[in-house]
Amino acid sequence: MFYKDYIRVLNINLSTGRIRVDKRKDLRAYLGGVGVASKLLQENMNPDLPPLHEDQPIIFAIGAASSVFPVITKTVAMFVSPLTGELGESYAGGRLAFTMLHAGYDAIVITGKSQKPCYVTVTQTGVEIKDARAFWGMDSDKVGSYIRNREHGSGKRSIIRIGPAGENLCSYASVCVDTYRHFGRLGLGAVFGSKLMKAMQVTGDLPMPIPNFKDYFKTYSKLYKQVTETEVMAKYHDAGTPINVEPLSAMGGLPTRNLTSGTFEHAENISGEAFAKNNLIRKMACTGCPVGCIHIGQFRREFDHGYEYEAISVGYDYELIYALGSFLGVDNTDGVLYVIDAVERNGLDAMSCGVVLGWACEALERGIITEEQTILPLKMGDYVNLAKAVDYIAQGVNQLYTDMGKGVKHVAKKYGGYDFGMQIAGNEMPGYHTGYGSLVGALVGARHSHLCNAGYSYDQSNRDKELDKEKLVDYLISEEIERCLLNSLIICLFARKVYSRENIRMVLKCVGLDYTDETLTDIAKRILRTKLEIKKSLGFAIQDVKLPKRFFETPTTTGKLDQYMANEIAEEYARRCEEILAEEDESIKEFV
Amino acid sequence: MARALRTDGMRKCIGCFSCMTVCAAVNKHNFSISKSAIKIKTNGGLKHGFYATVCHACKDDRACLEACPTGALVERKGGGVLLNKDMCTGCKKCVDACIVGAVFFDEEENLPIICKHCGSCTRFCPHQCLTMEEVDDVL
Repeated sequence: MFYKDYIRVLNINLSTGRIRVDKRKDLRAYLGGVGVASKLLQENMNPDLPPLHEDQPIIFAIGAASSVFPVITKTVAMFVSPLTGELGESYAGGRLAFTMLHAGYDAIVITGKSQKPCYVTVTQTGVEIKDARAFWGMDSDKVGSYIRNREHGSGKRSIIRIGPAGENLCSYASVCVDTYRHFGRLGLGAVFGSKLMKAMQVTGDLPMPIPNFKDYFKTYSKLYKQVTETEVMAKYHDAGTPINVEPLSAMGGLPTRNLTSGTFEHAENISGEAFAKNNLIRKMACTGCPVGCIHIGQFRREFDHGYEYEAISVGYDYELIYALGSFLGVDNTDGVLYVIDAVERNGLDAMSCGVVLGWACEALERGIITEEQTILPLKMGDYVNLAKAVDYIAQGVNQLYTDMGKGVKHVAKKYGGYDFGMQIAGNEMPGYHTGYGSLVGALVGARHSHLCNAGYSYDQSNRDKELDKEKLVDYLISEEIERCLLNSLIICLFARKVYSRENIRMVLKCVGLDYTDETLTDIAKRILRTKLEIKKSLGFAIQDVKLPKRFFETPTTTGKLDQYMANEIAEEYARRCEEILAEEDESIKEFV
Repeated sequence: MARALRTDGMRKCIGCFSCMTVCAAVNKHNFSISKSAIKIKTNGGLKHGFYATVCHACKDDRACLEACPTGALVERKGGGVLLNKDMCTGCKKCVDACIVGAVFFDEEENLPIICKHCGSCTRFCPHQCLTMEEVDDVL
């Protein structure tokens, strides 16, 4: 809590119905956000049990400076991932951080399993576990409407919920946050499903006096100006992240048709500009962000003869356009939105879903699986059938689709085509085939995401230079550590350039945390160490990862990659991790 | 010249809530948007856009003022009212009287939340949904 020396943790046990609130002074050593959540995950998880066992926890945490400064908008969720079997860590914007702050909780720990489908309401005046039997089976949009009508809190609440994919325990089911944001990656939706928890509403408007108004408002105003008036953030607002589609394709780094290419010949048709021209109807923001990067696109679908149309609006972003566009050969904006809509309704992670479908199209073409199994003549570019296949995955209509719901590593191991099932340590690949930075970055990153260490960014800015292994490893590890700090406040990574160390120290000081740079670095390392310990306890070792061969066959923006070189870089990174794990944590004593 | 807050650009709203955060911070030195004199809400979920509820700066007939039994509300130059806290009994009659629902109530302070048309919210509105308009000085 601001101006307090403790972290306030709400514990909800769905098996017993017991609610407990802890004030944890010791957790200040982890600042907030991912730091606090990592420690709470480590304390509450059981590495010997499967990820979807009822004794595995779900942790939500907001950051040390959540919601009261521009673009500090995110909530972290941590869990044992049903997709990779190891560290589950995912971020969402929307209103969740804002409402958790004003409900009076820094973190929420959910354990156990409800006896019947339930949803949870968290307010400043109480926590309840409620009947959700009639909601079971609903898509995430519909259940959102029902809860909105049934519960109070209009204008100051956040509703997070799962769709059918989460209920059916698809390993990459997502949790939808306030209609347009998601805990997308690594299968939090399945963990909800395994606990028979359909949704959670958080409402809050606790009065929170600002004791140092002058300092606070000066800082707020300065950051607001930087965020809205400088060029740093403009690209996220204007055409948004899809602005990267065309340049990345031109450089040869846009994964296309199951990564058979890094260039999509129709990139222009699914570019940021194309979406803006054809479909963009409005932009929206997470609470506390004046940038507003959420791009909503609309398309219409003829549902009957006689000019009968329905209008459908969905959010779009670079990652979705890659995974459900170029990766599946869908060459028009309406088609991409059509598949996004299916992914949204079912509550799946768009990236994992696209990569699984990419494998399925190729596996069918090669005769590894049959049309009897796929039910549909699945092929690249046929967005109507691809969208139907998304429904089939979420529902697990037959053995093949149930297996596809377990992730591309699982399905490719079982049916064949491991070398073109594009995953990295069990997580489906992100939208960058830019070089060693993107590939090794995702391999060594704690949660195997492109956002762990932004290796893709390193590739793009070092394109014309010869590979310097040491430099790349230095970059990846220092970026991973720095992002542990950003994610403990929790600053949207789009604003990472605005939130320099100086600005970070300034906002922390405003909420009562006066730390030196050295202390902040110690905290960031402590967080990474905790994550590495969790991964180790779950049996993860970088050396064990076997990457699909296609990563080394299809040229990247920096040319073809060499498997041995990739392994060498990864091993060097692993060695550095061991050093971090072995370091004595002297400064933790300051917090005990 | 007096000024009054206008919300004519609300169709451009992205829902960042900066206006509410700033209003509560500047006027109440509080992080909670429940203290804000302007409220941004959706028309039934985020798919349906935003609207703002805030004092319209009524000029001739001011229902809130008429309803106030103690004279705690007085006419503001350019429209709307000003609150004299010492005279308020917390009866909430002004809250009921405002048919656009723009008089909120601070239970903690036992006082109505009255927009002063200070314009702080407009300075932190990234899309100029909220603006200040120069109006006649008439009481």
